[in-house]
Amino acid sequence: MDSILLIEQSLNGLQLGMMLFLLASGLTLTFGIMGIINLAHGVTYMLGAYIAASVMAATSSFLLAVLAGMGFAGLMGLLMEFTILRRLYERDHLDQVLATFGIILVANEATKMVFGPQALFMAPPEYLNKSIQLADGLQYPLYRLVIILVGLLVVLGLRHLILNTKLGMLIRAGATHRATVAAMGVNIAQVFTLVFGLGALLAGLAGAMAAPLLAVQVGMGENILILTFVVIIIGGLGSVRGAFAGAMLVGLVDTFGRAILPLLLAAILPPETASGLGNSLSDIAIYLLMAVVLIIRPEGLFMIKGKR
Amino acid sequence: MNKLALASLMILLGLAVPHLAEAVGDPFLTTMATRMAIMGMAVASLGFLVGFAGLVSFGHAAFFGIGAYVVAILFKHHSEASPIPFLPFAWEGSLSGMVQLPLAFIASFLFALLVGALSLRTRGVFFIMITLAFAQMLYHFMISLPDYGGEDGLSIWERSQVPGLDLYNDYDFYYLCFGLLVGVLLLLRMIIHSSFGVIIRAASQDEARLATLGVPVFRYRLLAFALAGGIAGLSGALAANLYEFSGPGLMHWSRSGEMLVMLILGGMGSLFGGVAGAIMFIGLEEILAGWTEHWALILGPILIMVVLFAHGGLMGFFSRGRS
Repeated sequence: MDSILLIEQSLNGLQLGMMLFLLASGLTLTFGIMGIINLAHGVTYMLGAYIAASVMAATSSFLLAVLAGMGFAGLMGLLMEFTILRRLYERDHLDQVLATFGIILVANEATKMVFGPQALFMAPPEYLNKSIQLADGLQYPLYRLVIILVGLLVVLGLRHLILNTKLGMLIRAGATHRATVAAMGVNIAQVFTLVFGLGALLAGLAGAMAAPLLAVQVGMGENILILTFVVIIIGGLGSVRGAFAGAMLVGLVDTFGRAILPLLLAAILPPETASGLGNSLSDIAIYLLMAVVLIIRPEGLFMIKGKR
Repeated sequence: MNKLALASLMILLGLAVPHLAEAVGDPFLTTMATRMAIMGMAVASLGFLVGFAGLVSFGHAAFFGIGAYVVAILFKHHSEASPIPFLPFAWEGSLSGMVQLPLAFIASFLFALLVGALSLRTRGVFFIMITLAFAQMLYHFMISLPDYGGEDGLSIWERSQVPGLDLYNDYDFYYLCFGLLVGVLLLLRMIIHSSFGVIIRAASQDEARLATLGVPVFRYRLLAFALAGGIAGLSGALAANLYEFSGPGLMHWSRSGEMLVMLILGGMGSLFGGVAGAIMFIGLEEILAGWTEHWALILGPILIMVVLFAHGGLMGFFSRGRS
């Protein structure tokens, strides 16, 4: 594999990793602080994508599309927290699984009714829909670079929020010493709602940014949800730093698995078998990564103390 | 009403299903009841794991799928008269249910033994996720096998041949599934009340204390996990016969999630909870699907209501009502 291909695949892996981080940061915070398993996190991602695609089709303003997708996803997240999830914080994980599964059923069916069963497609805006020359012989799509950039901005923003602000202090304290924080007179329910809304907002951003890259359809949320869970398990539940490390690891392993495995297999197998087998085996790679991490470090790479 | 009388009543009711279906003039109900019995068996085995051993597996559909694939693969090689690869001896599959069903159990049992040996080192949410990971690996692995249908799966043109029964007869098929379900429930009940059952139940409450007493908790848990996997495999083998099909979709994580939902819906405190959940879930799905194509819009809120207001599932709801 030459260096051009290596750089190209690294960028692809980075882009997938950023996308996963946008989803994983919200999921890991809601789990870390509120102890809630939210299967419906993918729903906000899907809604972000649908709204962005529709707004883009109506106004052809990409910026407006992304903002609308984000905003709507954030609002739906707040609504979910306020009506249902808020009652489940003290409950068993299994109850949370059942209730959020119910939310998925409703949201998917409602989306199908409103937007129709066919997938929506969204083109990236004119000014981003081109490739730029990164090095000799290396053309790379500008849109994917923008995703990486947006991801980096979110990483820095979240870092600032968590380390340097009062809300961030409450988030960190709430993750490890929830009862103490509440006893000191902090309205912990309000912090929960805010964090939940923030997570949904970021998931909506991920959905809106992903919309030009893939078919916007019902079920897209569940597919990426499982990947996101893999990310936060590898990183350690509740840790934003872990979610970042996990997202990058999963993004790179998945991308390189897809690029390299078929090549390796092609050396020993007929080409058709090799490409099919290579694709499936690279689907397996990230789960294998998670299993190995869990067997070696049963609590993930960056575990927050006292959380299970 | 005491438990024995209730169980006898349920069995009588189960035996009467095909006749009731005929009486109301809807023979399709028998097929629906067959589906309920098959899923009930798988969910009861999951309930044994979750409710009694305290092990929440999010990969139970993998074992179900293995059972289905065993039937499909044995059928395929039998119909093509081609030997099964990777066996130390030449064997061209079989159509006999007396071979297919036990083999489905054994194959799932062995795979569960392997998954359990690696997964049982973790706890809680991590156990949920690692079982999910193994199930997804198997799902993608089956997709990667073009000889066994890849993404499309395998069709089965001949159902298993069981002596004395004709599986193409809806009644015979139902009674086979119902009989096996009752057998599985009795077996699990026996296990739960044995010293083995006492140990796995105690281990879910205080593992350290048991370990201090010198009980090898890991081995007991592993056996419980493998047994539940084997039972799921058996029910998968029956499902493959019912659908005349096996495919990777049977192993998809959403199927594992659906089994958990059925279990929670029925309640986890009793063995019958899983069966009740399967009956209720499949029944609701059928009724709502006949009523409107947007059945998910009604089923979803029902699930949420059950969590918010009927804590402990259907069985919990009834046992509270009784006491």
